[in-house]
Amino acid sequence: MSHHELDARRMLCPMPVIKTQNQVLKLTAGDTLDVTCTDPGALNDIPAWCRINGHEYIGHREQDDEIIISVRVGDGD
Amino acid sequence: MTNPTPKQRKAVSLISGGLDSMLATQAMLDQGIHVEGINFYTGFCVEGHTHAIRKKDKAKPKRNNALWVAETLGIKLHIIDVIDEYKDVVINPKHGYGSNLNPCLDCKCFMVRKAHEWLQENDFDFIITGEVIGQRPMSQRRDTMPVIQRESGAEDRLLRPLCAKFLPETLPEREGWVDRDRLYDFTGRGRKPQIALAAKMGIDDFAQPAGGCCFLTDAAYSNKLSDLWSARGDREYEIDDIMLLKVGRHLRPRPHFKIIVGREEGENRFLEGYRKQFTHLYTTSHPGPLVLLDGTADADDLQLAAQLAARFSQGKAADSVRVELHEKGAEMRILDVKPLTNDEIPVGWYL
Ligand code: SF4
Repeated sequence: MSHHELDARRMLCPMPVIKTQNQVLKLTAGDTLDVTCTDPGALNDIPAWCRINGHEYIGHREQDDEIIISVRVGDGD
Repeated sequence: MTNPTPKQRKAVSLISGGLDSMLATQAMLDQGIHVEGINFYTGFCVEGHTHAIRKKDKAKPKRNNALWVAETLGIKLHIIDVIDEYKDVVINPKHGYGSNLNPCLDCKCFMVRKAHEWLQENDFDFIITGEVIGQRPMSQRRDTMPVIQRESGAEDRLLRPLCAKFLPETLPEREGWVDRDRLYDFTGRGRKPQIALAAKMGIDDFAQPAGGCCFLTDAAYSNKLSDLWSARGDREYEIDDIMLLKVGRHLRPRPHFKIIVGREEGENRFLEGYRKQFTHLYTTSHPGPLVLLDGTADADDLQLAAQLAARFSQGKAADSVRVELHEKGAEMRILDVKPLTNDEIPVGWYL
C-alpha cells in the first residue's frame, strides 16, 4: 500500500476526473491518492466517480483556493 | 447433462448525459446485459466548464451528467480524453459541418469507432447508443445510420435500442443476446415516447440538453473559432485556445490581435492562469477586468488595448485611467490612457 499525489490544478471538469481515473488504473487496491484541484466541480465529480467505479472517497480539505481530495483505491468491483 | 449457463453478454454504452442514452442503457440492463458506460471528452463538451468558471453559477455546482446517469443506472463509467485525436474531426470533417461548426456525423463515427476499439481491448460484445432516427438533422437520419456502422468499423455490433425496430437486425439480436421484440421504434424529434418510457422505467430526473451536446453547435462559439482560424491562417487549435473561447468578451480591433476581457470575478481568476502565456493588461487607478491580448501588437496596438481595458473598467467615464501593461517577454510598463467611448468601438470588433 502506498500513497500518491496528483496535480489537477487549473484543470476544468471533467479533466480532474479523467486524470484521477487514469492514475488509479496504475495503482493497486488499498493505495491512497490525493488529488489537488482548483475546479470546485471536482468535489462532486471525483466522489461520484469513486462510488460508480468501486473506489472510496475518503474526504477533502481546502487550502487557499485549492481543494485536496483523498481517494482510496478499491478492487474495482 | 445440463446446459452450461449462457455467457453473460457485455455492452458498452455511449453515455452523453442526456435522456436517450440513459433509456437505451436501461433497456439493455432490463434484458440482463452487463453494461458499462463510455464518455468522450473532446474539449468542446458543455459539461461543467463555464459553470466552473463563472462565479454566479458556483452557488449551484453543476453535476457532471454522464457521471450522474451512470450512478443512477448503477453502471461503471469510463471517461476518455480524446482532445488530441478529435482535432482531425473538427478540422477536416469528411461529411462537413451542421448549421455551425458542428461536425456531427464525423463526430458520431469517431465516437463509435473509439467505443469499438475499447470493446475489442476489453472483450465486450457490442455497442449501444441512444440514437433515434430523425432526431438530429445531420447525424441521426435513416441514411446516416449505416454510414456510422460502416465508417466506425463497428458494423452490426452497433445496436440502437430506441429505434432498432426500424433498422436491420444486428448481431446481438440475431444471436439472441437481445430480444428484438423488446426494443423500440422511436422516430423524429418529438420527445413524448422517451418521456413515457422514462416514466415506465421509473426514471424521473434527467437532463434535457437543448440543441447539441457541445459548444460547436453554438453560433457565437463557432464564430469565435472561425475568427481564430482565419486570424492565424490555419485551422489548428490547442486546448487552451478552445477553453478561452468559452470565457470572457472577445474583441478583435485589428486582424493581427484580439483581446479577451473577463466579465466577472470568476472569469478574471480563470484568465489569470493564462497571464504567463499572454501579454496582459489591467487598470490600477480603477477596479477593472483582466485583459489578455492574443496575437501580435505594436506600440499603437498596445495603446489601443489599454484604452479598451480602460473602457471595461470602472473608470470608463474618467479622463484618464492608469493601466499596467505586462508585455510578454518585456518589462512591465504603466500607461495613462483615455478610455474609448462606446461610439469608438465598432460593433464589428465584438466576436
Ligand atoms: S453536437 Fe457536438 S458532440 Fe454532439 S454529435 Fe455534434 S459535434 Fe458531436
